[in-house]
Amino acid sequence: MGLLDQRFENSNIIITSLDNLLNWARLSSMWGMQFGLACCAIEMMATGASHYDTDRFGIFFRGTPRQSDVMIVAGTVTLKMASRIKTLYDQMSEPRYVLSMGSCANCGGPYWEHGYHVLKGVDRVIPVDVYVPGCPPRPEALLEGLMKLQEKIRNESLAKKKPA
Amino acid sequence: MIAQEIYNALQERFADALLEAKLDGVLNPWIKVAPDRIKDVAQFLRDDERLAFDSLMCLSGMDYTGGTLGVVYHLHSMQWNHKITLKVDVPVDNPHVQSVASVWRTANWHEREAYDMFGIIFDGHPDLRRILMPYDWVGHPLRKDYQVPEFYNGMKVPY
Repeated sequence: MGLLDQRFENSNIIITSLDNLLNWARLSSMWGMQFGLACCAIEMMATGASHYDTDRFGIFFRGTPRQSDVMIVAGTVTLKMASRIKTLYDQMSEPRYVLSMGSCANCGGPYWEHGYHVLKGVDRVIPVDVYVPGCPPRPEALLEGLMKLQEKIRNESLAKKKPA
Repeated sequence: MIAQEIYNALQERFADALLEAKLDGVLNPWIKVAPDRIKDVAQFLRDDERLAFDSLMCLSGMDYTGGTLGVVYHLHSMQWNHKITLKVDVPVDNPHVQSVASVWRTANWHEREAYDMFGIIFDGHPDLRRILMPYDWVGHPLRKDYQVPEFYNGMKVPY
């Protein structure tokens, strides 16, 4: 059983900061937006399925940007798709995160030189939080990337105003 | 039927439309057809019961360089299990070919792709739009002299 098992049998009091509590809640339920664009999507689906099981991190995929916290850009971003990605990113509510999965989304991948139709990196249209290298990355790599993102969220502060 | 017999059957009806042929090749014997007769030839190949080319396996665009574009049609008859390849050459400054979309429904999207990638214009096509590239794209990317644009809709294209 889990870490917290058998610790709440009496009605105890926990003292923590608001940031800690909010961040713990947020990083434990990063709902992903389905964005499978190419072969990376296969690895992303494998990561979500029972062998690697992102559900244990509270990560599962939503079909709409309005219910999503993190967009996993999995695959080749064509110029035609880039404007759609931008629109969908804009429709996500803040705080929102982007994970760029695979070489194509990172930097154009094998299409970097002759890909007249490929955007050379999704970070040219939307800000990216985590880059996962690989062609395609294995599910372990994607999980590592998601855990990096959890780490980032853990160290954020929603309560404090950001310095201007 | 072998390629020579197919050629002879066409020769009876379309002697003026057949420009060139290579029938002894090991792979894909081909017949070159005039671009303004290809639809009639295609219709005959499909409807004649000795030929019965009921399947257009593939329609491809070509850039042979030197100012010549081309279309290549790979045909197969499911009834007789024979094959033939047709070719059409057009000049790059007037790339008009008759559409065969009314003969084989397959040709509809294939011709749109050849138009998108090579700028070959198929006369009589019901809906000749780009199929892969965005509608506001400029140029035809698979032409040999194609230059990749610096920007598309504010996005930098080269690496």
